[in-house]
Amino acid sequence: MLKILKYSFYDLMRSRWSYVYFLFYLALGFVLLFLNQDLSKAVITLMNVIIVLVPLISTIFGVMYFYNSKEFTELLLAQPLKRTSIFLGQYLGVAGSLTLSLVLGLGVPFVLYGLFRSDAIWDFSLLLITGAFLTMIFTALAFNIALSNENKIKGFGYAVLMWLFLAVIYDGLFLLSLIIFEEYPLDSFSLVATTFNPIDLSRTLILLKLDISALLGYTGAVFKSYFGTNLGLFVSLGMLVLWTILPVWRLAYKSKRKDF
Amino acid sequence: MGNSARHLFILLFLIGNSLWAKTIPVCSDCEVKSIKEGITKAADFDTLLIKKGTYREFNILVDKPLTLLGENFPVIDGEDQGEIIRVVSDNVTIDGLFIINVGTSYTSDYAAIRVVKSENFLIQNVVLEKLFFGIYLEKSNNGKVYHNKIIGDAVDEYNSGNGIQLWYSHHVEVDRNIVQGVRDGIYLEFSDHITINDNESTNNLRYGLHFMFSDDDVYTNNTFEKNGAGVAVMFSKRIRMEDNIFRQNWGTAAFGMLLKEINDAEIIGNTFEENTIGINIEGSNRIVYKNNDFINNGWAVKVLGACYTNSFEHNNFLYNSFDISYNSKLNDNKFENNYWSNYTGYDLDKDGIGDVPYRPVKLFSYIVNRTPETIVLLRSLFMDIIDFSEKVSPVFTPDNLLDALPLMKKAE
Repeated sequence: MLKILKYSFYDLMRSRWSYVYFLFYLALGFVLLFLNQDLSKAVITLMNVIIVLVPLISTIFGVMYFYNSKEFTELLLAQPLKRTSIFLGQYLGVAGSLTLSLVLGLGVPFVLYGLFRSDAIWDFSLLLITGAFLTMIFTALAFNIALSNENKIKGFGYAVLMWLFLAVIYDGLFLLSLIIFEEYPLDSFSLVATTFNPIDLSRTLILLKLDISALLGYTGAVFKSYFGTNLGLFVSLGMLVLWTILPVWRLAYKSKRKDF
Repeated sequence: MGNSARHLFILLFLIGNSLWAKTIPVCSDCEVKSIKEGITKAADFDTLLIKKGTYREFNILVDKPLTLLGENFPVIDGEDQGEIIRVVSDNVTIDGLFIINVGTSYTSDYAAIRVVKSENFLIQNVVLEKLFFGIYLEKSNNGKVYHNKIIGDAVDEYNSGNGIQLWYSHHVEVDRNIVQGVRDGIYLEFSDHITINDNESTNNLRYGLHFMFSDDDVYTNNTFEKNGAGVAVMFSKRIRMEDNIFRQNWGTAAFGMLLKEINDAEIIGNTFEENTIGINIEGSNRIVYKNNDFINNGWAVKVLGACYTNSFEHNNFLYNSFDISYNSKLNDNKFENNYWSNYTGYDLDKDGIGDVPYRPVKLFSYIVNRTPETIVLLRSLFMDIIDFSEKVSPVFTPDNLLDALPLMKKAE
């Protein structure tokens, strides 16, 4: 598995797209910091970028890579190799290189602008951690979709739809349900609903750092214990781990049974 | 003997009287062993020099103009029996005492130092611990409460008292005090012309500073931090609030400042940082907000109905989750020349003023007012989209609520 991981990883590292991705974040980081010197404001702007763009790019990149390397995968399948190690190796290669581009691309400008001397360092590291998680989750979801769809166009369509659903539509439905049922106690429901969407989950995680003062404005014991203590942090992080493990597990499971 | 000789005699008598004012030492080895005994023995304008030691006394009645001067902070231990010092005479000075264990009562407000119907008092350098009420001024005018330290250990609102309380007292200065861990740090009721400067009121159960029916008061350079509900200014007129700091008042009902039925006030140069709500305004009119900084609050300003002719100018709104929240569609308040960190407009003619108006009320804040649980959707893409559409054509928020001349750079 390590060999395949290494191969995928180096393959991607040499590919143009990783550089483009890396340079994009590098430019974004520098431009943000150039426009306003304030690190904490840049962190807020970055959060918006990370929770929208990272899933989108990971999804598309994951699907693209899977379909492009299909012939190579079939070649590998003919060898005496375990199927899980082939697919997990590829997955980790893609997710790893994307994460690396993200962390380096954003990290370098922020470090140059004095991140270590600023108190925004915790917010920033949390941002990178959630970004890494989102990359892992959405690459895994993309691999799942690509594995289940032989048709490239269909696979791409489903992948983009999934992103659109989780990034926008889910929140719209969520908001609608909250307003329709506003006469009922909704605090537990709303907290549970955020955990079913990795994008919402990462958002709450970052909100805990940035907007805790606003979150505590709501009179409700459940909210208070969730956001006021470390409970929210641990639950969100735990759920993110779960969100990573489940698609990866399904990937391994499906790949074993799939007839190529 | 002429008139002048008589005058001279009177003058000499007066000077002599003050020169002859004795200093009576009080200590366990002295002639006078207790403060009460000292007060009975003392003549008007004498000084009781209370030496270091512990005095287990309560209900000390100061009924003549005296100076109670503590040396190296003598401890007066009330042993939870009741009130400790009650001043009923004019011109009393209390200086340098350490008072502990004030009794708790549900029927009378026991205080460490209570001043009743007296003028020209001075209470300074006093340390109070384990108290019910701290310094209680009752119908007493023209005094000064200076540089005291009040450290309470209040747990519940119903059985705790206030640090410094003024009731029907006018023209009092409350300066450089440190108050923490009581119910209300400084409480004013029916007290006019009070100045409150350079105090630190922190970690109190309810309010750091609380005004009720008190007019023409000024408070400047105070720090209010981590109070249960921040600072409340209610039912008062012509209050001036300048250069105060309101920080970290967090919680479901916590405000940096709560204004209720306040008219003609001036709020200038204050800093509101990391509060759940920076300023919560209810039924307050003709207030000038100028040069204030609102930094990292949940809501910088929350307006709840019936607030007319207020003006917000040259304020900085920096990184608040919500800048302004309104619960009605009516607006009669003026926003001009403020700096908004969320402003995305441009300045083509380079005059330092944005060419596009800024709308500080977002649709999302309207939704959160209606269904508070939706707060978990803060900063989501969906919310940004509907906020944007509301910005383009306001439907739910007052359409004349805008800053037509937003600043491009922070106001000084």
